[in-house]
Amino acid sequence: MLLAAVEKPSIDWAGVSPLIALLGGSIVVLLAGLLRGRVIREQAVPFLAIVAFGTTIGLGIWQWGDPVDLFVAKGSQGAMRLDELALMITFIVCVAGIATTILSWRALAPREAAHGEYYAMLLTSAAGMVVLAAATNLVTVFLGLELLSVPLYVLCATEMRRERSLESGLKYLIIGSVGSATFLYGLAFLYGAAGDTDFRGISAAISGGAAHDSLLLTGIALTMVGLAFKASVAPFHQWTPDVYEGAPTPITAFMAVATKAAAFGVALRLFDVALIDAHRDWAPMLAALATVTIIVGNVGALGQSSLKRLLAWSSVAQAGYLLAGVVVASQNGVKATVFYLCVYLFMNIAAFAVIIARERETGLGDDIGAVAGIGTSRPLLAWPMTLAMLSLAGMPATAGFIGKFSLIAAASDGGYTWLGVVIVIGSMVSLAYYLKVIAAMWMRPATGAEVATTRADGTPRLAGADPAADLESGPPWEVTFVAVLAGAAILFFGIIPSPLLNLAEDAGRSLGLL
Amino acid sequence: MSLPLSIPLWLPAAAAFLGLFLPGALSRVLTILGALGTFAWTIWAIADFERGAKGLQDVTDELWIKDLGIHYKLGIDGLNLFLIALAAFIFLMCLIWAAWGRGSARPHASQFFFFLGLAESAVLGALMAQDLALFVLFFDLMLIPFLFLAGIWGPPATRIPAITKLFIYTLVGSLLMLAAAIATGVLVAQQTGNDLSFAFTDLQASPLGKGSQEWIFLCFAAAFWVKMPAFPVHGWMPDGYRNMPMPVLAVFSAVLSKVAAYGFLRVVLPIFPDASAHFQDLMLVLALGSILYGSAMAFTTTETRLVLGYSSVAQLGFITLGIFALNGDGAQGAILQAVNHGLVVAPAFVIVAYLAERAGGSEDLRDMGGIAFRAPVLAALFLIVTFATLAMPGSSNFVGEFLILLGVFHSKLVICVIAFTGVGMAAVYALRLFIRAVHNRVGPEVTSRDLSLREGVVLVPLVVVILFFALYPQLALHKGEPSIQQSVQRAGAAAGSLATETAQAR
Repeated sequence: MLLAAVEKPSIDWAGVSPLIALLGGSIVVLLAGLLRGRVIREQAVPFLAIVAFGTTIGLGIWQWGDPVDLFVAKGSQGAMRLDELALMITFIVCVAGIATTILSWRALAPREAAHGEYYAMLLTSAAGMVVLAAATNLVTVFLGLELLSVPLYVLCATEMRRERSLESGLKYLIIGSVGSATFLYGLAFLYGAAGDTDFRGISAAISGGAAHDSLLLTGIALTMVGLAFKASVAPFHQWTPDVYEGAPTPITAFMAVATKAAAFGVALRLFDVALIDAHRDWAPMLAALATVTIIVGNVGALGQSSLKRLLAWSSVAQAGYLLAGVVVASQNGVKATVFYLCVYLFMNIAAFAVIIARERETGLGDDIGAVAGIGTSRPLLAWPMTLAMLSLAGMPATAGFIGKFSLIAAASDGGYTWLGVVIVIGSMVSLAYYLKVIAAMWMRPATGAEVATTRADGTPRLAGADPAADLESGPPWEVTFVAVLAGAAILFFGIIPSPLLNLAEDAGRSLGLL
Repeated sequence: MSLPLSIPLWLPAAAAFLGLFLPGALSRVLTILGALGTFAWTIWAIADFERGAKGLQDVTDELWIKDLGIHYKLGIDGLNLFLIALAAFIFLMCLIWAAWGRGSARPHASQFFFFLGLAESAVLGALMAQDLALFVLFFDLMLIPFLFLAGIWGPPATRIPAITKLFIYTLVGSLLMLAAAIATGVLVAQQTGNDLSFAFTDLQASPLGKGSQEWIFLCFAAAFWVKMPAFPVHGWMPDGYRNMPMPVLAVFSAVLSKVAAYGFLRVVLPIFPDASAHFQDLMLVLALGSILYGSAMAFTTTETRLVLGYSSVAQLGFITLGIFALNGDGAQGAILQAVNHGLVVAPAFVIVAYLAERAGGSEDLRDMGGIAFRAPVLAALFLIVTFATLAMPGSSNFVGEFLILLGVFHSKLVICVIAFTGVGMAAVYALRLFIRAVHNRVGPEVTSRDLSLREGVVLVPLVVVILFFALYPQLALHKGEPSIQQSVQRAGAAAGSLATETAQAR
């Protein structure tokens, strides 16, 4: 009886096609991984994963400029909406996915976790991110969140013989679950206050007078906390350094970029569409969170000597910068956030690729000593890393400068000039640790006091394992390739940002804000 | 007929970039050729410059980033013409010095020249920019090459902490300026209802309210103040100066600080006239502090680099004094003095480096001395530079300081009277440096030899230009006058109305 009442939603297959490509690709990859041939497992499986990501991007380009509601049942406005914002996030996720696949190609993690499963989980997680970014219904939001999180919990623990990796997976699982539970609780409150799970329905309910309902405010607060866990916004960021450090480095790169993009995608849609009429209630709260995040992240990064931890703290700070674009709830804000997310992709991929290259080359792990002196010995790694650090710090002629510029412009346009000042103060503090990395690369010799006596995982280094001798082998070419490409993108979009800004502007327009 | 400004602007960086792919010996030739091309253009631009024409000349104006309203707008007028020429000239001479002077054999030479070439383009960009966002971009960009230049080729033991300090210190100001600049553009756009634009002309067309102007002024002042460096935010200067290779330091001291002074005249006074008038007293008092403190430090320290460093603090105090006299005389004096100081301090660093080579590598005054008789040419050239530094009548510096003091005399008499002591102190520290470095007893490790041909190639042109300007300072004054008058006009008017208001209130 109940089933009969449920009508089958209409499905726009063309609109769903990017998602199908990811999920279908994940199944294909999983099955291909079962084949016995070593070449198939080690070469064809990653290749298929790249094909799946690439197909998704292609289908996304095909769907560009033609926003469509997906899974529209009678009386609802659809579970998802594939507009330019969702597509931009999809592109970011897929490019990060391709980079991660290339970086994982000859890494330890897929070998230990079985290739098929590793890449299939990567694709599933990416699919979850796409769902999350496109969701226009509270239920879909939660579905997407879990679909992205669960595979990531596993992926963090894929270097199974390393205690830190297991710890990282477990920690992420526990804290992520707390975040999800809080989030779900918040969604329930929102539903209670608005009487609808649909974003536009919630928006209508709020403008219809639910704005001062304490249920709604509680719901907003709890949802915010849940998202803050995912986007590593302080004070819900404590898991970030440990998880980033413990996870296999390609996965760290993926988490840093793609999870953040998806979390901000849904934050933009939730706050700027569903809750837009409660803007006056949540904006000050979010601005305060942004301030705290910027301070905590930048100060936390100061004392780090592990590059992955340093980047984890810096990613906390960057999340604070990004929040400024959400706070103002304007077209400019969305544009700036999306643009910064794209830039953030290149900066982090470049940095993590260099870390991976040095991890495999030196045996120093991700200690800052691993990059000491590479300015002369490995210029192809040193330049991308330098550009990434300068860009993260927001120096001119890099894409990070334009990104910060548009964020600050959006903030002052929305009446939050003080938040713009907080961003630049954060950047000042951040210089101290980004410069440390640059100084290590260019201004220190390769050997000396920086050489750690233990590896990153705590085991003592092999006797006679001289880092200078390790230099002979050279970094894996594909990792260098990714680093150089990402570094070039940082420079290119720092000088010619207009193409990317135009895409971001389309995304900004898609939410129908002022 | 005129060349697009982008060509002389990017030529040094482009040549230096190509040099990266060549061996060190060729890369330096290429970089020098690039700098030479730009310098040749500046001579031609000065000759071609039309004094009577209003506004900018040789304008390049493209909408660079449409969404953010950033224009790639370059132009020259009387305000920046001579500073551009100064930058091109000093960079050229210092490149030659770095390429063929002693100690020119350095590791990764092509990178060294790449960073110097990039620095030259960034400095020229900051001077040519006619868009606030572009100006801020170049202003921050010009620091990055120096991070590497000092960090890679500085003294190994201390360079990293020193350069970190320098970088963070100066960027604290610059980043505040970034936020303030963006806020200016956004607020002006909101005020007028037009699209976001950062072009100076658009920003000048509709001045902001006093409240906004004031905090924005302070952010800009912080950036320029730190970069100069001026008392009391000069803390990075001693360590920074100790850790730069000499040719790099000469460029840094001679050119970069001038961009900060120029920023006041180009950006702050025309766009924030009310705030400039409001903070006039504060700025004048701080400038006075720079003069007195810088002079006092310059005649007590024995490190030659720091003597010159602190003398720069004092000289930039004078320049700021001229700018914030908020009248035409003061501003003209300030621009002239900015050019003069650049022309004087660069050869002073060259001479100090030569003397240090003769004193067994020590740059301490106590280890120098007594070579004047065996090295008469060097000593004579040094004497010319010294006289120019202390603003001897007959030198162009005299004209500059005279105009500055005249300007301040008209606006704030008391400050002018105190500033006169700075002129006296300049004589003390300049002569002390000269006497102790080349006269007195022969230093313990000193070997006296005169200027070699290779050294002369660098030093003689620098001194010749000083002499030329001593004979013919009207060149800069005359060509620059209309634009400089225009840049201080509004702030001067605002100061005038402020003074009447206070008088009425009393």
